[in-house]
Amino acid sequence: MQKSLLLGVEAIGQAAIDAGISGVYAYPGTPSTEITEYIQNNKLANSRKIHHEWSTNEKTALEEALGMSYAGKRAMACMKHVGLNAAADIFMNMAITGVNGGLVVTVADDPSQHSSQNEQDSRFYGKFAMIPVFEPSNQQEAYDMTYAAFAFSEKTGLPVMMRIPTRLAHSRSGVIQQPVMPENNLHFPENPIQFILLPAYGRKLYQSLIDKQDWMVELSEESTYNNYFEGKDKSLGIVCCGIAYNYLMENYPDNNCPYPVVKIGQYPLPKKMLKRLEQQCDELFIAEEGFPLVEEMLSDFFEKGTKVSGRLNGALPRRGELNPDHLAKALGKEKVQPTSSPNILVGRPPSLCAGCGHKDTYEALNEIIAEVGTGRVFSDIGCYTLGALPPFNTINTCVDMGASITMAKGAADAGLTPVFAIIGDSTFTHSGITGLLDCVVEKTNINIIIVDNEAVAMTGGQSSAAKGRIEKICEGVGVDPTHIRLFVPLKKNHDEIVSVIREEMTFNGVSVIIGRRECVQRIAKLKKLNRTNKEV
Amino acid sequence: MKTDIILAGVGGQGILSIAASLGAAALNENYYLKQAETHGMSQRGGEVVSHLRIADHPIWSDLIPSGKADLILSVEPMESLRYLSYLSPKGSIVTNTAKFVNITGYPDLDHTFEELSEKVNIVRIDADQIAKDSGNPKASNMVMLGAASPFIAIHEDIIIKGIESIFKSKGEQIVEMNVKAFHAGKAFTLAKK
Ligand SMILES: Cc1ncc(C[n+]2csc(CCOP(=O)(O)OP(=O)(O)O)c2C)c(N)n1
Ligand code: SF4
Repeated sequence: MQKSLLLGVEAIGQAAIDAGISGVYAYPGTPSTEITEYIQNNKLANSRKIHHEWSTNEKTALEEALGMSYAGKRAMACMKHVGLNAAADIFMNMAITGVNGGLVVTVADDPSQHSSQNEQDSRFYGKFAMIPVFEPSNQQEAYDMTYAAFAFSEKTGLPVMMRIPTRLAHSRSGVIQQPVMPENNLHFPENPIQFILLPAYGRKLYQSLIDKQDWMVELSEESTYNNYFEGKDKSLGIVCCGIAYNYLMENYPDNNCPYPVVKIGQYPLPKKMLKRLEQQCDELFIAEEGFPLVEEMLSDFFEKGTKVSGRLNGALPRRGELNPDHLAKALGKEKVQPTSSPNILVGRPPSLCAGCGHKDTYEALNEIIAEVGTGRVFSDIGCYTLGALPPFNTINTCVDMGASITMAKGAADAGLTPVFAIIGDSTFTHSGITGLLDCVVEKTNINIIIVDNEAVAMTGGQSSAAKGRIEKICEGVGVDPTHIRLFVPLKKNHDEIVSVIREEMTFNGVSVIIGRRECVQRIAKLKKLNRTNKEV
Repeated sequence: MKTDIILAGVGGQGILSIAASLGAAALNENYYLKQAETHGMSQRGGEVVSHLRIADHPIWSDLIPSGKADLILSVEPMESLRYLSYLSPKGSIVTNTAKFVNITGYPDLDHTFEELSEKVNIVRIDADQIAKDSGNPKASNMVMLGAASPFIAIHEDIIIKGIESIFKSKGEQIVEMNVKAFHAGKAFTLAKK
């Protein structure tokens, strides 16, 4: 059969198309972005008119996906791990409503924080919401599990989480596809109260979620994604979750691991399978990519029973992504002493592109900060976060999307003046508008600089939902139009930008200063796209 | 058969075209392949690395274990030294000598390379110049692939087929230029051997 060479994320996109989804709903975020981009560029998906526009944030994305499921069709929502925090409200509640059309939430975790604020493990959310979680170990499983997840969701009536780490998201391998399924027809949920979480109904629906839990465990027990591999040496039993299994087996090239191994790919955990491992073996060793979720569950709180080791007792590193060397060390396999790199090498920290407008904004803002003192620039997440590093050293915070405006407001409430918030156009539409409304309502003395590069640049130059309307949005929210100011971030406008910021700083109230110039990478990307479109 | 390759460079240098050519070649031959890439933050002028593994048997890990890489193929000299811990004692380094200087304090590496060449097999090639000489300054990465090809356990004809399949959409002339660059790189390494 013909194999295609696909990234883990692409395998998930292809599987969702082949499983007959009618829509993908997402907000960009590394390493999940390319799932949606793959569907956006796929011929079959386009001919079927599968919904693929970016949503404003992860919460709107997941709610839209649930709406499509309500209407009977299959839908997928995709986000990075921290995106699920933004969507946590709908995520927890849709576990209780359950689904009508199959619904899969694909969450890409980022152990080692290659491009994220933290390395939280989404399996905890799955457990918290009491829904099934699939965790593939390779690209083919990423495809097969996603393909099967929609039917599984319809069979159980629950949303299914697909959880992948960066390493699998951004690694390529050959993948064999399955037959393309038709889309579902529109049909209403059978139970008319299924989606009405009034407390009286909510209690009933929650009880039925609880009642399904034993069945979920049984399904995990039978699942082809959970496997028990026999081993002769019973001194140790090994549990590997997702890609951790690969790192174990890499150390046994002839597939001759002497210990019994349970490979986990589907949650809730298969209890009987794990009990059998515990009964057969003297000790347990747990390897999981992420937080020690399984390790904590199996660990012996009072230390009277079976010893469990893993990330918590130092057998594996407490944080960061795993690799084959970690497993080798934990299992006492000897290694050749590797050559070390000369210590004269220097790093290449990421920096703003040549010609980036964010530079011009920071250069102007720095002139003001030199006058009023540091410690008052609340920033946000995007390319402009590089303003935290030399040569700028301008910004003092970067916490979660939207927190620039709201944290600056809190500091202003505490008595700090002047305060500055600096936020990108996409971050502003993602979750800055509500904070701005708080400022307007309370007439906060705040200077909000919106760096509008007409793109979601950090994640690869996707279209931003702002679409050149930021000043209109701010006016609509209630900002006084005379304190909505515009500038073009260019070197030649330096003095003008400084004086606009200075004028607004002296105003006691809400000022919004918008710097608008398109991201140079986005311009290059669109040019290239135009060229290829012309050639075709 | 297996070849584990660390591909190194700086964001924007396009190391993935090398990976794509080898990937297409491996797929044509029904070999197994895994190739882990760097996306995101590090692409903006930062260091990028890709682990490329090709074998005639299934491959477990997406990451190459330390001390197991058969080849470090780097399109930038300093980057060729960053991942030495992955190199097998019997492995080779093939690196471009054209520096990519986007930082201050770029170290002088001549002495380091001299010392290292006593321990491991190193091919240092000015791929940018050779690409220019062969008429396509943009094909420096294919010169690098050619220079590395004697260390890769895939037959040359199959790699060339891979190159053809990834540049096909850009027309015959581009394909030819890239194949020519590949041969120029290969000739350089063979002359040194
Ligand atoms: C909740 C959440 N979703 C997604 C991301 C990933 N992400 C990081 S920055 C960014 C958007 C940046 O766009 P913008 O604010 O316009 O700034 P730019 O990068 O264009 O300068 C995104 C989507 C994140 N960190 N957190
Ligand atoms: S991608 Fe765009 S916004 Fe980001 S640094 Fe480059 S030019 Fe600036």
